[in-house]
Amino acid sequence: MSTIVENVVCPFCGCLCDDLAVEVEEGRVARVRRACANGRGLFAHYDPTPQRPTVDGREVDWEEAIAEAARILNEADSPLIYGLSSMATEAQRKAVELADRLGAMIDTTSSVCHGPTGLAMQAVGEPTCTLGEVRNRADLLIFWGCNPAVSHVRHFTRYSVTPKGMLTPKGRRDRTVVVVDVRPTASARAADLFLQVQPGADFEVLTVLRALVQGKTVEVETVGGIPTARLQELAERMKTCRFGVAFMGMGLTQTGGRDLNVSELFTLVAELNQYTRFSVIPMRGHGNVAGADQVLTWQSGYPFGVSFARGYPRYGPGEFTAVDVLARGEADAALILASDPMAHFPGAAARQLECIPTIVLDPMPSLTTRVARVVFPTACYGVDAAGTAYRMDGVPIRFRPVLPLVRPTDEHVLSEIVARVLPG
Amino acid sequence: MLGILNGRVYDPLNGLNGEVRDIWVKDGRIVPPEEVDRERAEILDATGLVVMPGGVDIHSHIAGAKVNAGRKFRPEDHRDHTRTRTAFTRSGSGYTVPTTHLTGYLYVEMGYTTVMEAATAPLVARHTHEELEDIPILDKGAFITMGNNHFIMRCIREGDRDKARDYVAWLLSAARGYAIKIVNPGGVENWKWGRNVSRLDDEVIGFGVTPRQILTTLAWINDELGLPHVPHIHGINLGQPGNARTMVETIEALEGRRAHFCHLQFFSYGGEPGKRLRSGAAEVARAVNEHPNVTVDVGQIIFGEATTMTSDGPLQYRLHRLTGNKWLNDDVEGETGGGVVPMHYRRKNLISAVQWITGMELFLLIADPWRVFLTTDHPNAGPFFAYPQVIKLLIDRDARAEVLEGLHPKAREGALLPELDREYSLYEIAIITRAGTARALGLKNKGHLGVGADADVTIYADLEDKEAMFAHPRYVIKGGEIVVHDGRLVRERPGRTLYVAPPYDPGIEAAIRDHFERTYVIASDNYPVQDEYLPHGEVVPCA
Repeated sequence: MSTIVENVVCPFCGCLCDDLAVEVEEGRVARVRRACANGRGLFAHYDPTPQRPTVDGREVDWEEAIAEAARILNEADSPLIYGLSSMATEAQRKAVELADRLGAMIDTTSSVCHGPTGLAMQAVGEPTCTLGEVRNRADLLIFWGCNPAVSHVRHFTRYSVTPKGMLTPKGRRDRTVVVVDVRPTASARAADLFLQVQPGADFEVLTVLRALVQGKTVEVETVGGIPTARLQELAERMKTCRFGVAFMGMGLTQTGGRDLNVSELFTLVAELNQYTRFSVIPMRGHGNVAGADQVLTWQSGYPFGVSFARGYPRYGPGEFTAVDVLARGEADAALILASDPMAHFPGAAARQLECIPTIVLDPMPSLTTRVARVVFPTACYGVDAAGTAYRMDGVPIRFRPVLPLVRPTDEHVLSEIVARVLPG
Repeated sequence: MLGILNGRVYDPLNGLNGEVRDIWVKDGRIVPPEEVDRERAEILDATGLVVMPGGVDIHSHIAGAKVNAGRKFRPEDHRDHTRTRTAFTRSGSGYTVPTTHLTGYLYVEMGYTTVMEAATAPLVARHTHEELEDIPILDKGAFITMGNNHFIMRCIREGDRDKARDYVAWLLSAARGYAIKIVNPGGVENWKWGRNVSRLDDEVIGFGVTPRQILTTLAWINDELGLPHVPHIHGINLGQPGNARTMVETIEALEGRRAHFCHLQFFSYGGEPGKRLRSGAAEVARAVNEHPNVTVDVGQIIFGEATTMTSDGPLQYRLHRLTGNKWLNDDVEGETGGGVVPMHYRRKNLISAVQWITGMELFLLIADPWRVFLTTDHPNAGPFFAYPQVIKLLIDRDARAEVLEGLHPKAREGALLPELDREYSLYEIAIITRAGTARALGLKNKGHLGVGADADVTIYADLEDKEAMFAHPRYVIKGGEIVVHDGRLVRERPGRTLYVAPPYDPGIEAAIRDHFERTYVIASDNYPVQDEYLPHGEVVPCA
């Protein structure tokens, strides 16, 4: 006996493709249609069998684990809550409430990803559009420091490069695709024009592009390894397209200059609107990292790196962001939500998670669950749990779980912990 | 159970103008005295106090994609404006764009109990509802932007109004919206080509329809569906010198159909395009006075920080170019667009001063208080918690004269305002802040204290200083529970989300599926807002 669920939303990356067909047989995912390898793997490999939570590696019942987590957090002077990007907004809302009631620091995976994009947006603004506008209108696409052919596998076919839309009836043939990166990537193979920029030179290239767009003369012959004449051609192309869209990723946010690189790109895009219409869309990675920004912003005013220690929200990128807090030894307990900092953080920060009591909520085992004091094997949003996620363009979509919910959700566990926070 | 005894009751919908009355409350409603067991009821002695229904805001940007983008990109707005958590309330931050919980607290502490979110793109309505659920205590609703909707414009081009009507009903239900919102009809679509519209008969690129056709079609649909509110219109040419003429033409274009025009101040300028800004309030007020089918809210300028945020994409770009301030834009496929730009209104800035005068003149020149309402188009003209400041100016012409003294001297040249002696009474204030707005919204249980009304009551000390009086009510009662005492929040409870569910011909759904294939990159089945987003939802019936 198998059933097929249509219009399933894939929780893997910021594309949130919502056209999957998932076939379920005997309580397990048997086949996944239309998903990319990343999405298919997530659905196919998830084992929904209920697992018991652990405390110090010992299996306990849920009540005991919740009590222990609450005890750790209540006793901590300076707890850190981190992650959030692979859970639904319903759970994120509870996570921020918990931080508020505890007086904790709270940070999301944005801070090691598109955090600098947020800083750039706060500095210079952000002209953007939804992905449907890209499909319907965009005749010039620029992918800068991102490699969607690997990271957002269906982006090209669903949203940007090949789909046919209102003003792009011929799909790929109605568009010019430009890729800018430090090496020829899989995405560069799909481009009409690939510009190879020297590592660390994005800011210079963007500044020169701004100058060229404004009609200024640039005397050097190459900038960041790219001949100025080619940048001149690109500037003309940008000014004369009908509706241009720049997509950007870690190549700008996690190299020298960080938010300054992004500010320069956002400013360039804003200035192009004097000549035509131009937008920028950050390539958000995790399935609901955009939702984490949204929830933390509507509840605290700030998108990441927030401390509630004084009883009200304060914003401190570099001060309250997880890597910095851990590396300086400023957190005395950690609650890690649906992320794996042991695998991804710099050594000094990761090691600190072994020294302080750490609590993890995650559907799957990870390097972080291995060192955690308390582990809650929760349900997987999008596969067996319902909830909301925000696509990279800010469009919120409700998951359509394909398996019956038998594990507790992150939202449930967090609500139980919130209920046990001691006043004070 | 609750009794509010011996208060001076201002309840314009029931004709009470400060008469001393007792109000009885049970199960969240106003009830006749005989239904209450006086021995067990909590009694509030309101002797000497002013009793009004809870405030009802007809237009405010409090939740959703645009508002949250404004919060995110303005950390400088929040740093010095924080709220500390208590045992039962959440912390928050923000001055012009406060966080969700703080928004609820600030409104209720000011005696408001119902607020309408002024503009939501249906594609992101789910976001709006998530935030509305995180705004405690208040009852809320969301207006759905439709003035640049591709499906509707195609129906107009094909001359198929019935199809447009069924689509609008479907869309309101799908978005769980409360009303039809129109923002710069056709102009936002043209902005996607870098253009705009400036006349009612300009063409929308690619659709062959005009702003006039969009307005009249949606006004017709609104009547056909019997929606509780009227079409809520932000017209064309917002902020342009000389747009008073456009506003009058827009009112006339409706040919007698009912409509609400929001933040009229931004549409009431004299002078000529590209020239100096002047007040055109007299011309617009005359048209409003002559057209009983029309209600308006003012969008009064508050000097200081503001955050402009509208679905009017080309306007926001113009403000960015004008001020040099940072700019957010968001074009939304097939539906609308929008933008956010920080703003600072200064007494000594000629434009700000003229805008302030224009708003005041509209309040004083529009004769019928049942058709002109208090708003600041929060946070576009200023934050909502400045309402008490505006109330004081309306009640006290000397207070107005004092502000006028401090304005840019050229702003006063030729202005009518110094000659306008009208002073609002408390009865009229009750109309423009609750009775009139509730009536215009079609909220039969709001804005009055008659039997059957929701027990949303605000009790003020009758202070000489009207700003202080309205800023810090003695008591606020929401749904029959005391939530504010002496200006301080004493209880938090969830508020409701009000929406409409007009019926439509299910035959429309095939055309809508086809429209989704053509326009969107989300499945049509994943688009409608599900029940889960309205745990405190309530359907307001259509006529």
